[in-house]
Amino acid sequence: MTEAAMTLGNVSMVFDADGGSVHALEGVSLDIRDGELLSLIGPSGCGKSTLLRLLGDLLVATSGSVTVRGKSAEQARLDRDYGMVFQAATLLEWRRVAANVELPLEIMGVEPAERKRRAAEMLDLVGLGQFAEHYPWQLSGGMQQRVSIARALVFHPSILLMDEPFGALDEMTRERMQMELLGIQEKTGTTIVFVTHSIPEAAFLSDRVAVMSRRPGRITEVIDIDLAQPRVFDTREDPDFFAAVTQVRESLRSIEEAT
Amino acid sequence: MTTNRLRRAFPAIVVFAGGILFWETIVRVFDIKGFLLPAPSAIISAFPAEWAELRPAAVGTFTSALAGLTLGTTLAIVAAVGAVRWPMAREGAMPLAITANSTPIIVLAPVANAWFGLLSPWSTIVVIAVLVFFPVMINLVRGLMSTDAAELELMASYAATRRTTLWKLQLPGALPYMFSALKVAAALSLIGAIVKEYFGGSQSRLGQYITLKAGNFQFEEVWTAIVLAALFGIGLYVLITLVEKKFMSWHVSVRAAQI
Repeated sequence: MTEAAMTLGNVSMVFDADGGSVHALEGVSLDIRDGELLSLIGPSGCGKSTLLRLLGDLLVATSGSVTVRGKSAEQARLDRDYGMVFQAATLLEWRRVAANVELPLEIMGVEPAERKRRAAEMLDLVGLGQFAEHYPWQLSGGMQQRVSIARALVFHPSILLMDEPFGALDEMTRERMQMELLGIQEKTGTTIVFVTHSIPEAAFLSDRVAVMSRRPGRITEVIDIDLAQPRVFDTREDPDFFAAVTQVRESLRSIEEAT
Repeated sequence: MTTNRLRRAFPAIVVFAGGILFWETIVRVFDIKGFLLPAPSAIISAFPAEWAELRPAAVGTFTSALAGLTLGTTLAIVAAVGAVRWPMAREGAMPLAITANSTPIIVLAPVANAWFGLLSPWSTIVVIAVLVFFPVMINLVRGLMSTDAAELELMASYAATRRTTLWKLQLPGALPYMFSALKVAAALSLIGAIVKEYFGGSQSRLGQYITLKAGNFQFEEVWTAIVLAALFGIGLYVLITLVEKKFMSWHVSVRAAQI
């Protein structure tokens, strides 16, 4: 748990916009540990999604460095180190559920029989084995997002980048998905960076929570969440959980007061 | 299933049959002159005597229409893919394409005779191809550009090549646009063929047949050609719809029609 899976070194990001430039991130430095779940939380527009995209090499930083176990983020992307999950499930609507999960394997040139086997395995892991031949539109929002997680993990990436993946789900589904995500992480040992704007979600899921300031985004505090592992349904009623929620909330509020 | 489909088609059948009956009735009741509007029964009885002349004319016209449609569509697909691949080409070509698409390209018909020779089949095929090219290209570019940004990021996270992204994501996603464009293009190809033939060329063509018979005040005969052209247009439309259903069973427009 101590080795750094990813390192952000003094990263800044400036976007060119109409009639000026937007300073999205300013001097962000952070080590993400191997196998941990780290949440990025902050006010909307603070650049947490931008930071996630810099980690995944979907954007390139204006200055500073992003390294993944000693290599560049670009090399890590080319090596297929990243699984991505977005707020929308982004399933391809012309492909059945199994074919959607197979998509990354197909692109990576895995044999059809092997693709099928691994997709079935992943669908079982997210509890959707019997929906393999359905089309995405036949599934609920929560089920679609589970397919999206299965697709992100099917090629065994070492890092999972999640951009508000449960933001569009109802509260009940959301809590169930959080449990499932932790279960999956326990089995796979994947390092997860999780963007959210929900304080309880960050507190429940994370080993650490990185709190970000308003634009230009900076990491103002990294909070260790000392909750017993594994997290279970009752964790949400644990006094330690309330303490963690309070700590994150206080940290966010101090940003509000500072600006 | 069959009874269900019949029930759904029933209103359309009633309106269609009623329309023919109404046509027949008003022609008889008001004693409308044949050169204004012949009765459906008169048109049908004109067919046997005309068939020997009509058949090769129709085959010639429909062959040109299909050849022009195929050529124009193929070129449009190549141009659209190129325009999406190279933004510079797109920015240069799209305003031109949109301008060309809003001009009545059919006015080129007499000019094409001068370019390719009065009797060359190319003079008709090229006019149709040009006519079809712009709507198909413009629609397909729109379809290819409408890919969801998150889906493109997903493909980037798999380190997918441009070609893979085109084949697995952008082209399937553009199919709905492609099919709407094809339906418009099919009708345009027939209009192009017949109007072009009004301006001369081979005698054995529907356009020439219509001009000739109209000049002789043989309006039942003119209408046989109109009916044939209409039937061919409908046939082409139905064919495209069937292919669309086969390739786009996942799309909301096809799903809704099946309920």
